[in-house]
Amino acid sequence: MAMDVRTKRGLGVTLRKDAWWLEPLFYQCLFGGFVVYATWAALNPYGPNGKAYYEYGPYLSPMFSPFFNPDWLHKLPAWLATPALLVLWAPAGFRGTCYYYRKAYYRSIFMDPPGCAVGESCVKYQGESKFFIFQNIHRYFFYVALLFIFVLSWDAILAMMWPVNGIGPDNHSNLGPKEFGVGVGTIVMALNAYLLGGYTLGCHAFRHLVGGGLDFLRVKKNNPIRFALWSVVTKLNERHMQWALVSMLWVGFTDFYIRMCAMGVWHDVRFFGFINKIGHIFGAAT
Amino acid sequence: MGKVHMRVYRGNSEGGQLKDYNVQAEEGMVVLDVIHKIQATQSSDLACRWNCKAGKCGSCSAEINGKPRLMCMTRMNEFKEDEIITVMPMKTFPIMKDLATDVSFNYEINKRIPPFTPVEGADWHWEQEDVDRVQEFRKCIECFLCQDTCHVLRDHDKMAKFAGPRFFVRIASLEMHPIDALDRTALLKNEHGIGLCNITKCCTEVCPESIHITDNAIIPLKERVVDKYYDPLRILWNKVFGK
Ligand code: SF4
Ligand code: SF4
Ligand code: FES
Ligand code: FES
Repeated sequence: MAMDVRTKRGLGVTLRKDAWWLEPLFYQCLFGGFVVYATWAALNPYGPNGKAYYEYGPYLSPMFSPFFNPDWLHKLPAWLATPALLVLWAPAGFRGTCYYYRKAYYRSIFMDPPGCAVGESCVKYQGESKFFIFQNIHRYFFYVALLFIFVLSWDAILAMMWPVNGIGPDNHSNLGPKEFGVGVGTIVMALNAYLLGGYTLGCHAFRHLVGGGLDFLRVKKNNPIRFALWSVVTKLNERHMQWALVSMLWVGFTDFYIRMCAMGVWHDVRFFGFINKIGHIFGAAT
Repeated sequence: MGKVHMRVYRGNSEGGQLKDYNVQAEEGMVVLDVIHKIQATQSSDLACRWNCKAGKCGSCSAEINGKPRLMCMTRMNEFKEDEIITVMPMKTFPIMKDLATDVSFNYEINKRIPPFTPVEGADWHWEQEDVDRVQEFRKCIECFLCQDTCHVLRDHDKMAKFAGPRFFVRIASLEMHPIDALDRTALLKNEHGIGLCNITKCCTEVCPESIHITDNAIIPLKERVVDKYYDPLRILWNKVFGK
């Protein structure tokens, strides 16, 4: 008798007829592509003649923010001595232990399972009870990520302060007074902070912290603020996947945009310069 | 609707195979109707379990074209004409006959969950907000499709160590209950093996009641386990403030 279809097992064994393999393939390409770009960008902060590629005037790439460049860093092998090294561990740890990303990479990278009701190769399975038990550290990465929202929002504010004396050939702002201005890059950076905020504040660990850990007894009377917070976080949490993916792509794009400006490939358009002009007229008049 | 081509699993604990049937389908039929028609006109010994035909009793769970679904809630008109429609019994549970499986494993797990125990002198009047969160879990119809799909049971056979999504839903409904007095966190971690769940969300995908099993039950429970066992600051806090 032929093998019983009911008991057949193994990687990819299923009676599903839809293209279940499309989802893991999509995420392999997406995550693979992002990791390759982020690694390359992190390891290539400088162009020829020490030209900075991580900034352009008031713009600072989120992959290098907060920016630290201590001397000891340059004792490392040259290819590794990038300021991004001091930054990227935090978002990488945060996203790597995020409940959403865990789902996505257990499925698409570890194939455990590759799809629902799709067979897998049965190696000794421990779930998150042995090796992956470290995922429980997620809330600590969340605390760090919370700081990053402030840092990146501050960066977006600084991205409105343009050097009156222009931008030097190394892409640093020239010394001297600053004037208000909003460029496309400012909007790109502000959007980046906003998207990261939506992603971070929808975190499951945060949802638990603000109110999920309570049993909600007399919530209105005893914990009205926590209930309100929990409700907002829950709203964000319902779209956590979307926030996670869009914010990830936007971080990549923000770095790419600033890099392109820094390389002189793209020319940043600045709006609101006229406000300064008006300011100058008034300044001259008084 | 014309003739439909069904491929139904026939067998028992010794083994079995898929058998083809051509059935005249009528407008508005669901898969369960077609199975009944096979029983009535071609194979009176075809076994299947059903009760309400309204997606509420949770009896008619099966795997249709490889997807765990309720037969009574799967309309025939969602399939292409001349598509072969495969109907299998749930894979995770031992087969009894044809489409009927023995789901008693689930009832055994259920017995090991301490039931609702109200705090002494509890005030039974609560606000709607207090109730809403646990209400979602009460929608469960015990179809066990989530148990069937969960790879921890389906592919890794961890029946002895893992309660499965349906029972995390039940435990969540008790743990988050405003006036329940017990703490089942230790049970969750040890006996019911919540650490074995890798939150891959297949249970949520198949739940016919659209319960957010992973996001609203399992992950919040995992966070409670972290509070108690893995978060050093939290453990210290609880020690100091005597929780
Ligand atoms: S999320 Fe957890 S319980 Fe649900 S199917 Fe996946 S492993 Fe099983
Ligand atoms: S949680 Fe959903 S899928 Fe699981 S038994 Fe209940 S109704 Fe069925
Ligand atoms: S769960 Fe996704 S960021 Fe915490
Ligand atoms: S027969 Fe009751 S759920 Fe299908």
